[in-house]
Amino acid sequence: MLITQLKDRETIEGLIQGKAFVINCHGCKEVHFPVSEAEALQKALAEAGKLTGCITTDYICNVENLTKRLEKHASAIAAAETILVFSCGVGVQTVADMFADKRVCACCDTLPMPGFQGVTPLEYDCDQCGECYLNLTGGICPITACSKSLVNGQCGGAKNGKCECDAGMDCGWERIYQRLKMLGRLDLIQSPVQIRNFATDLEVSK
Amino acid sequence: MKVTDLFAKGEFVVSAEVGPPKGCHIEGVVEEAKEFLSGINAVNVTDCQSSVMRMGSLATCIKLKEAGLTPIFQMTCRDRNRIALQSDLLSAAAFGIENLLLLTGDHTKLGDHPQAKPVFDLDSVSLIHAVKTLESGYDLAGNELVGEPPKFAKGAVVSPCSDSIDAQLAKMERKVLAGAEYFQTQAVYEPEKFIAFMEKAKQFGKPVQLGIVIPKNAGMCRYMNKNVAGISIPEDMINELAADKEAAKAGITGVAIAARIIRACKDYCQGVHIMAMGWESKVPGLLEQAGL
Repeated sequence: MLITQLKDRETIEGLIQGKAFVINCHGCKEVHFPVSEAEALQKALAEAGKLTGCITTDYICNVENLTKRLEKHASAIAAAETILVFSCGVGVQTVADMFADKRVCACCDTLPMPGFQGVTPLEYDCDQCGECYLNLTGGICPITACSKSLVNGQCGGAKNGKCECDAGMDCGWERIYQRLKMLGRLDLIQSPVQIRNFATDLEVSK
Repeated sequence: MKVTDLFAKGEFVVSAEVGPPKGCHIEGVVEEAKEFLSGINAVNVTDCQSSVMRMGSLATCIKLKEAGLTPIFQMTCRDRNRIALQSDLLSAAAFGIENLLLLTGDHTKLGDHPQAKPVFDLDSVSLIHAVKTLESGYDLAGNELVGEPPKFAKGAVVSPCSDSIDAQLAKMERKVLAGAEYFQTQAVYEPEKFIAFMEKAKQFGKPVQLGIVIPKNAGMCRYMNKNVAGISIPEDMINELAADKEAAKAGITGVAIAARIIRACKDYCQGVHIMAMGWESKVPGLLEQAGL
């Protein structure tokens, strides 16, 4: 199982540029989602005139499913500069890949719980690290896309854009750099020094 | 002696690299360093280079210092978590080791213990930050150190001929912001790329040492072109090594090529760092040919 936990309210408000469209994933049954906290926060954002629309659905990690469900929200999405995603890391990465022209933001941190994991497609992975980095990396997870799980940029090991330990794997940080460049967000590369908190990782700290 | 003090005095800083042995007998490395590297400013000691288990960098640094050389303690994040890294930094300071080169490190899968757990609790940037934090009298958890805090020359690496130069420059800037004071580069074989890189890198105002690996033969060059990040050795250079196998074997061709690269680049950088990879004996001759 896994738990999604809301990021601080100030953090989430700070992510919004222009107006925002909200995607809530009530997902697979294995996920605990903070329904009432998310609703309260989104109500406040709507009252402040910051939202263009909202959808609450399931399995947003399934691109076909999500595309279908978003159809009737097309104008609200078009009016939004930011998409706030309340889901596990896989959902955020799926949405970030679908909307390369929007600011797709993770509003939750995902933590692991013992038991079955959610059903997710293979293209994306969430390590449930408990401190989602996707807002700093253009929606590409540095924990799962980088073989060293680096959080401060690429190592010197990539050759022709491929990882030093797997020639079949793209360098995650090269992908992040290109994504941020495309989004016009290269400023994020110079984020403050990141140091992971492994105390949130039940697998590592047990 | 801190290498940063030499840079501050405007010196062209020359360093070379030695690798500790796979065993507990260090005398040979120390003797070789004394014989061939005592005329240069500093000697880097690698930290289980290429993820191959060897004697430790810190112990080797201490032995070199006892022999009158100025060691640069290379530290990677591959094998130690933040507790062990900070602890080793304090140990280094206690032994008077003042120069650091701080790296992320190769993945364990590349070395001779591919089954080992890769650590990477910190990385090059957060390790630089950790050193700076210790220098301010605190550890990474915010606990106060007892007594006068350590002070190091904090070095980092950059790959100037990488195929993603902008990403390398961004990472270099991140290291500078974290506290890196000088840089050593990946081996350079394309002076024009290095010079173009230095044009962009000079905005950071940090001294850069040109990285040199003496090419030993055509096979080694082809291997590096295929497998080593940030290196692409031009075909005519490879042909030059292949043309006279005896001259290449004796190191004559490789040293001539390396000297030529240094001469082409030296006006654009603040020093040179030679990774001789067993050819330490050729370092004095190389520096002479390069006009240093």
